[in-house]
Amino acid sequence: MIEISELYKYYGDRRAVGPLSASIEKGEIIGLLGLNGAGKTTTLRILACDLLPTSGAVRVGGLDVVESPHEVRKRIGYLPDTPPVYAEMTVEDYLTFAARLRGVSGGDVEKRVDEALEQTETVAERDRPIGALSHGFRQRVGIAQAIVHKPELVVLDEPISGLDPVQIVEMRELVRSLGGEHTVVVSSHILSEIHETCDRILVIRDGEIVASGTEKELSQQLLSGMRLSLTLRVGKDGHARAGQLLSGVAGVTGVELSAEALPGAGADVAQFRLRLARDTREELTRAVVDAGFGLLELTRGERELESVFLELAKSVDETATRKKKKRKKAAEAAPPAEEEAS
Amino acid sequence: MSQALLIARREIGAYVRSPLGAIVIAGALLIDGIYFYWKGLTDKLVSAQVLSEFFYGASGTTMIAGIVLAMRLLAEERQTGSITLLNTSPIKDSEIVLGKFVSAFGVLALMTLFTLYMPLLIFVNGKVSVGHIVVGYSGLLLLGAASLAIGLFASAVAKSQVVAALLGALILAPLVLLWAVAKAVDPPLNRVLSSLAIHHENFRPFMNGILELDGVVYYLAVTYVFLLAATKTLEARRWR
Repeated sequence: MIEISELYKYYGDRRAVGPLSASIEKGEIIGLLGLNGAGKTTTLRILACDLLPTSGAVRVGGLDVVESPHEVRKRIGYLPDTPPVYAEMTVEDYLTFAARLRGVSGGDVEKRVDEALEQTETVAERDRPIGALSHGFRQRVGIAQAIVHKPELVVLDEPISGLDPVQIVEMRELVRSLGGEHTVVVSSHILSEIHETCDRILVIRDGEIVASGTEKELSQQLLSGMRLSLTLRVGKDGHARAGQLLSGVAGVTGVELSAEALPGAGADVAQFRLRLARDTREELTRAVVDAGFGLLELTRGERELESVFLELAKSVDETATRKKKKRKKAAEAAPPAEEEAS
Repeated sequence: MSQALLIARREIGAYVRSPLGAIVIAGALLIDGIYFYWKGLTDKLVSAQVLSEFFYGASGTTMIAGIVLAMRLLAEERQTGSITLLNTSPIKDSEIVLGKFVSAFGVLALMTLFTLYMPLLIFVNGKVSVGHIVVGYSGLLLLGAASLAIGLFASAVAKSQVVAALLGALILAPLVLLWAVAKAVDPPLNRVLSSLAIHHENFRPFMNGILELDGVVYYLAVTYVFLLAATKTLEARRWR
């Protein structure tokens, strides 16, 4: 349905998006997740033929957005971050206008408008001017205009932001209900808002897709193996020795001594955070007990997706700066040498 | 083309629902009326002169009305974000510009029609030719179209309506004053400049009931050039 290959978008000298490649199947609901300024809106605007890419190709249903924008626009419904509504028009007039603008044939307009009103549950508001509606209803009207011409692809830019908890639940259901009939791309900067709604999540960072997959795949991809929290009685000055012991156990890839003191525990108690490549809990406990430490607590680390997301953003940031530093050093050492492929 | 009419229809609706259209029409009629009473209805002038005087006064209000009516056309849509609906619909940028222009021209034409009672008043105590009235009104509409196109271009460039109005005035005012500049320079440049002036040399024949092809071509050319510039501005915005 959508093929994005090597997409770049520059605003002046600033790279907003790129290199970005992705492929989206028909009927999927895709979540585009990223922090503010990661390039979500730019990507969506290019998808919706609102903005032209600097380079690279975006194909929607086999049609290129640069070569045949009109054909692509007929197949796309787009809700930008603020709904593109005219405050003085009534909901019905507005949707009729939007349908005609998108080339819905005269006889079908009324039917399509009724369907869009029903699907977004705005039938009761049809005769009210849009300017008099609450934020939540305006957002619904924004979605109604995006689906009134039955597009193959619906692009929604942060449809959930600014809604109250009840509206959020309703909006999630609405977005969910669009799947199947339409291919949906929905963006957000809050993971918990979209991970239930979407079939697949693309995480965007600095204009690049850094991870993609379902919630499960994402957390596995990132937290390969397991995380443990281990509380030990190590004695007055056994902290370092315990740390060495733990990192010596096969399968342990990372040991971190927790800095904060545990409430109600003396200085002889230490808490470690461990990363494991595989499940080595038995070997660990045996090693701890054999070395004479007291094992007070062993808990599996949380796998909450939000922390995965943060981790992802952070780790990418770190690797990016590391890469840049490496490149800089390499460039300084041998200026004419070409950059190594990384 | 039908898409341009669709946009024009929506825009006319917006003029009707917002106070702007009514305010501009009422303001123009008030000023035209006062000017007509002050300059036209005196016993020193013959009927044809009264009519010319009326067209002279109305040309000023028409130019200002053109800029004010056009200022919201694209700048407002950009401010509220509704322009995205147009930008992501299967329509050409030229159709957007044309639709907007047609709607504003409709309002301007209505405003001009409402002034018709003043020339008709002349018939109470005098006599003028219908041809003079028709030619004069053609001139007003052509001048109005050119002012609207300038205002529409300013509205395409500017980020806000206020800036659009100021920018429109900043383009229009020098075009009006070119005749004064022309007086200060030597031939043959003065001929070029005075032919380019939007009011003086190009409008006076219309005002006096003389239909000259130069003026018609000039106003149509100005309208076309600024509508084209507005279209190109919209197209260029897709890169930013």
